[in-house]
Amino acid sequence: MALLAPLIGAVLILLSARKPNLRESFTLLSAASLIVIVFSLLPQVISGARPELELFELFPGMNIGFRLEPLGMLFACIASLLWPVNSIYSIGYMRGNDEKHQTRFYICFAIAIASTMGIALSANLVTLFIFYEMLTLSTYPLVTHKGTEDAKQSGRVYLGILLTTSICLLLPAIIWTYSLAGTTMFTEGGIIPAGTDGLVMTALFLLFVYGIGKAALMPVHRWLPAAMVAPTPVSALLHAVAVVKAGVFSIVKVSTYVFSPAALSVMLDVNFVLYLAGFTIIAASIVALRSDNLKRRLAYSTISQLSYVVLATALLIPISILGAALHILAHAFGKITLFFAAGSIYTATHKKNVSELDGIGYRMPITMAAFAIGSLSMIGVPPTAGFLSKWFILQGAFSIENGFAITVIIISTLLNAGYFLPIVYAAFFKQPVNDDDRCFNEAPWPIVLSLSFTAVMTMVLFFYPDIAIKLLQPWVSSLS
Amino acid sequence: MLSSHLPLLQVVIPLLAAPVCVILHNKTLGWCLATVVSLVSFIIACTLFGQAASGESVTYAIGGWAAPAGIEYHLDRLTAFLLVIITGLAAFILIGARENLENEIAADRLYLFYTAFLLNLTGLLGVIMTGDAFNVFVFIEIASLSSYAMISISKDRRSLYAAYKYLILGTIGASFILISIGLLYGLTGTLNIYDLHDRLADLENKRTLATALVFFTIGIGLKAAIWPLHLWLPDAYTYSPSIVSTFLAGTSTKVFIYVLVRFIYSLFGIEFSFGVAGLQYLLMLMAVVGILYGSIQAIRQDSIKRLLAFSSIAQIGYMVLGISLATAAGLAAGLIHVFNHAIIKATLFLCVANIIYYTGTDSLKQLGGIGKKMPFTMGLMVIAGLSIIGVPLTAGFISKWFLIQSAMANGYWLLIGLVVFSSILAVVYTWKILETAYFSDAAEAGPVIQDKPVPYSMYATLIIFTGACVYFGLQTDVSVGMATATAESLAGIRP
Repeated sequence: MALLAPLIGAVLILLSARKPNLRESFTLLSAASLIVIVFSLLPQVISGARPELELFELFPGMNIGFRLEPLGMLFACIASLLWPVNSIYSIGYMRGNDEKHQTRFYICFAIAIASTMGIALSANLVTLFIFYEMLTLSTYPLVTHKGTEDAKQSGRVYLGILLTTSICLLLPAIIWTYSLAGTTMFTEGGIIPAGTDGLVMTALFLLFVYGIGKAALMPVHRWLPAAMVAPTPVSALLHAVAVVKAGVFSIVKVSTYVFSPAALSVMLDVNFVLYLAGFTIIAASIVALRSDNLKRRLAYSTISQLSYVVLATALLIPISILGAALHILAHAFGKITLFFAAGSIYTATHKKNVSELDGIGYRMPITMAAFAIGSLSMIGVPPTAGFLSKWFILQGAFSIENGFAITVIIISTLLNAGYFLPIVYAAFFKQPVNDDDRCFNEAPWPIVLSLSFTAVMTMVLFFYPDIAIKLLQPWVSSLS
Repeated sequence: MLSSHLPLLQVVIPLLAAPVCVILHNKTLGWCLATVVSLVSFIIACTLFGQAASGESVTYAIGGWAAPAGIEYHLDRLTAFLLVIITGLAAFILIGARENLENEIAADRLYLFYTAFLLNLTGLLGVIMTGDAFNVFVFIEIASLSSYAMISISKDRRSLYAAYKYLILGTIGASFILISIGLLYGLTGTLNIYDLHDRLADLENKRTLATALVFFTIGIGLKAAIWPLHLWLPDAYTYSPSIVSTFLAGTSTKVFIYVLVRFIYSLFGIEFSFGVAGLQYLLMLMAVVGILYGSIQAIRQDSIKRLLAFSSIAQIGYMVLGISLATAAGLAAGLIHVFNHAIIKATLFLCVANIIYYTGTDSLKQLGGIGKKMPFTMGLMVIAGLSIIGVPLTAGFISKWFLIQSAMANGYWLLIGLVVFSSILAVVYTWKILETAYFSDAAEAGPVIQDKPVPYSMYATLIIFTGACVYFGLQTDVSVGMATATAESLAGIRP
């Protein structure tokens, strides 16, 4: 199945450690085969089939197994589509910057993708938990890749927060669910029995929301800025492809397949989550506005964008939950473009700060054009994918007249514009400081190629969102 | 015909082999004999396990003298479960231990080591098999005395002091157990565990019985190294030969936990121990503090062996915690952890054994970048480390799952918080090792003292054990099935 491709890839990479060209072609090969596998499953899922695979029984009533359903399929598609792009980019970046331990890098990368597939396709909470932990552990060596004291310190924060939340909150939540419902299988309509006490349900929901620390809801967001020390392809993996996406994906999945939104919306206490998400959106945007380091700004932008997904889910309206799922998609492409651009700038000029980027558009027009498209998607301006998801979320918020959510989205849109547009402006309309920057001098071609691809995709998704919506339709209709 | 004598042979074979080992007076032959005997014991244990798994208990009267006059061996699920753990560990550890032992023990003393090892095995198996309270004491002493010898046999002179400390504390523990058994005998006039149980139920004045229970708990607490009676353990594990640490960590404390369970459930009866005497609160307190203390101390250590020793104290706390929940589910969780921890800790100690063989040290300060030099050993250590943390797909996760679930069933929310918190501490101390191995520079590390290539046999053992860590995380029929059945039948003994 889909898991095997990246895992076999990891083994091949290990075996070919001494021959860089062979090693990287194995990466690309397994990435390509993963795409083929995942997309060959797509028509089945659209036509309504739900293929299942049960690996084995851990103990009675507890299986390790996989089951394809629309939401997981969407996530699997995103991750498998972005892996080869990210790999091409990595090759350019890692060689361009002469990074060490490249074999370890590619192996961990492949394992991380395998875990992401596991999360996307898991049939129950325990399977999800297993791959969730695997993802944390396999990305740790990537975060500490540089091996400096600084990187190790950040690695500790990264691992500390993610493992602490998952072991202290998520695991008890899963066991609690198991003792309430007698199962942890993901089922349409939820598995928590109907008569459960409101307080218990609220507590459980909060355990899940915070237990899934990868969703970076404040105050468990600190790992994300800490992970900035990693090489840029890793940041792209963390922010766009795998880690944070796995977080919000799990939250959406749990709220729709373990709880039922209808039952949750009866309880007023869930508004609490809405306020938390709203607060995170605004607070993270303000921090982003104030940071000069480009990657840090992007990191806080991610935190804020993730909470859009949580916010949309907490509205508990089918249409806004559809928006949440689409936002996972839109943000993946938008943010990976932005990170690719940041890495491209670093590779070509070794500049890290926003204030140094005056006139960079003269030197790196393609990179900065892609950056502009990514920014527009973050802000939610047509014709980019970010517009669509925001549209659905807002539509949901208006339909239940949730003033808080609407206000938050509008303010944050302004803030998004406030921290992205000045960069674009400075890049194209300010004059470069020294004359070297006037001539055309882009980053290596793999980098430019992959970032142009994701930028184009961001726009394509605006015009052709049909497949994604068609895929998600049965899932959304099962919610109401 | 022979099969009906298996319960006796289980204990007698290693007992008879021990003096033969002295007579052979040869290190290689000694090793061969000890290994073969352990393997035979393992096979016998598996056979007995098959008999007991069906749920019937087998009683074997020694010499044909029926209990309570004679001594009888008693085989039920719990017994068989422990027998398999102990003999399995003994056999598989010994197979790959020859080179390592020759490295850490003076050549002219090796045959003595094998003798002590066999005696230790005899003692541990005897404790498990026997149905006679005094016999339990005798076998405990055989096991303890031989383990003092095994610890002190190391080339490292500090092991003498460690063994001495263990000797003093262990003897105090043994005396307490003896006092307890004496009191019980005075009360009832019998020594057979099941007979005692029946007679104690009729007893009116429980004061003496309570005294016996207290003496027993403290005595066995000392032997099993339950906090705060653990003082001997860190030194004993640190300075003894690596193989001895592996064996002791995997077996001896587990057997004493067994004795605790057996006495509470089959002798004193849970009505009395948990109901009247309120023992579970004491045990719970000891477990909780032990878990926290052990984990925190482990984080502070520099020697990996010492780190693992403190981790053991914490993990013993988990087992006691399960028992102290006083439910069948809790007891099952405790027993599952006995099984899983035996394997996990043995694996970790075997990794350390390899490291010490290769470098001659187990100090983290000197081991920076060891992951590069010993990629294989450290890779397996990562797996075992994840297992002790309780990451899913490893044996440790199964224990943790059941422990949390049983605590949840009782509504002990605070305990759940504690268990997950201590998991985090386990992450910290495990990560301390892994970070040193993979992310520290070799340059800042001290000189590598020895540079001996590790023999393949040591790798083989390590692979078997790591495989078991993963296998029992996936395939839980044996551990969970057996422990649950055992716990249910034990908890059902209510008079």
